[in-house]
Amino acid sequence: MPSTPALSFQSVSKAYPARAAGAAPLQALDQVSFDVTEGEFFGLLGPNGAGKTTLISILAGLTRASSGRVQVHGHDVQTDYAQARRLLGVVPQELVFDPFFNVREALRFQSGYFGIRDNGAWIDELLEGLGLADKANANMRQLSGGMKRRVLVAQALVHRPRVIVLDEPTAGVDVELRQTLWQFIARLNREGHTVLLTTHYLEEAEALCQRIAMLKRGRVVALETTSDLIRSASGQVLRFKLDGDLPPPLQAKARVTGRIVQLPVHDAHDIEQVLAQLRAAQLQAEDVEVRKADLEDVFLQVMAGQGQTSAQEAA
Amino acid sequence: MILENGWTTLLHKEVLRFWKVSFQTVAAPVLTSVLYMLIFGHVLEEHVQVYDGVPYTAFLLPGLAMMSVLQNAFANSSSSLIQSKIMGNLVFLLLTPLSHRSWFVAYVGSSVIRGLAVGAGVFLVTGWLVPLQFAAPLWILVFAFVGAAMLGTLGLIAGLWAEKFDQMAAFQNFIIMPMTFLSGVFYSIHSLPPFWQQLSHLNPFFYMIDGFRYGFFGHSDVSPWTSLAVVGTALVVVSGIALHLLRTGYKIRH
Repeated sequence: MPSTPALSFQSVSKAYPARAAGAAPLQALDQVSFDVTEGEFFGLLGPNGAGKTTLISILAGLTRASSGRVQVHGHDVQTDYAQARRLLGVVPQELVFDPFFNVREALRFQSGYFGIRDNGAWIDELLEGLGLADKANANMRQLSGGMKRRVLVAQALVHRPRVIVLDEPTAGVDVELRQTLWQFIARLNREGHTVLLTTHYLEEAEALCQRIAMLKRGRVVALETTSDLIRSASGQVLRFKLDGDLPPPLQAKARVTGRIVQLPVHDAHDIEQVLAQLRAAQLQAEDVEVRKADLEDVFLQVMAGQGQTSAQEAA
Repeated sequence: MILENGWTTLLHKEVLRFWKVSFQTVAAPVLTSVLYMLIFGHVLEEHVQVYDGVPYTAFLLPGLAMMSVLQNAFANSSSSLIQSKIMGNLVFLLLTPLSHRSWFVAYVGSSVIRGLAVGAGVFLVTGWLVPLQFAAPLWILVFAFVGAAMLGTLGLIAGLWAEKFDQMAAFQNFIIMPMTFLSGVFYSIHSLPPFWQQLSHLNPFFYMIDGFRYGFFGHSDVSPWTSLAVVGTALVVVSGIALHLLRTGYKIRH
């Protein structure tokens, strides 16, 4: 008999009413279905406005689905919300804090809301693990953005939830926090906690997530293990530096970051064709190299409508 | 009413929230009432006598104290909620298993505590200025508690409804403030023309002040039992509305 998934999204849709008369309602989510198994490190990726935060808000009880069902370890987030929320620890995307209290007070209160008293040992462990020990008695207003982000993570973990939801936890934070955070979260994952992560840093998702779902305009367009997703990418990537504009036929499929151009290629013939077009345009490519496709290449292909996996069938 | 044990933490947090800024939330309203007392007392003491044998300042003090209780009970829940909504930190509560009943008890409870703290402060600071009577102390406690609970509940509703400070100020200045000032704090409604007397009977705040004052003098414009029935019914109605709004997540869960 299969075990109950840690998270289960079943045909979840969310439509927001039209903001102007005559306008169509905004379909933020459209029949989203997938499960996350216990102990999994799962990535939820998509461009801005794809519906990631809406889906997490429905999971956390901040937003109600228009239709469909969401469960946490078998507990419905609407009808059995108290039990579902006890199992969930959510790190919100916005950097919010209560200016009246210090870090330790904020953690004690958050613990108390879940009915947990005498949680000092775990609070100390969280403060130590997230590099907050020397800020325990500092008012929240005195903390830097990165420190406030750490407190948000600690608040989400203070009741020892079995499922940890991180909504873009590393947005705008420094390398040190990222390393501290991922070491801590990876440890919790190894100890059996399920993790659901949304991020725009695809190298983080590639390094951490065992499985990934990609959302585009409220629909799941890819749902695979990370390694299968990367394998599904079309071939390799030709990378070079260039002074000048790419010829128009190449522009459409190129990823350009400053002087660096990256183009998907399948074989030596593709590479020769690209270089020939550059020569024809009297452009000189420098530092030319060929590398394996990574998650970012897959993401761009999927969002562009190429290399789409059988997400809806898989779901 | 079934409550999880997390409600005590929320109550504690809400009390600590106002206590940490007690100069603003307790001392300042006490000072305002003292100023009212000194100025109105000085101007009207020789000209107005509402009850036989009761100086005007002695008549005024319970009304002022009750007005402070009501206004601060309202301010507590309403300002806490609107600040949390606008700053976004209400999410910390929304993510917890606390039920709508727990929210209600904690927010209204902390409002009652602040209202009573300010009311007690007014008596402590000004009580020595006038000869106070305590004809029926139980009525004093009952009306102080029920009135504070009623205004704490109204503050909860206003805090859920308002989306910006401007809306909250409108609720406070155009509804709560006129109803408290026109409730007989400074006068007996028997001194009003018949039309305004009738209108005052439609104001539940009048019954809170009148019942509260009965506890001091054993005199009131209407029977304290009638006042308690009106205020109690109003409290049940607004509590029902507040619980419904919390249960449905009105303007806090989308």
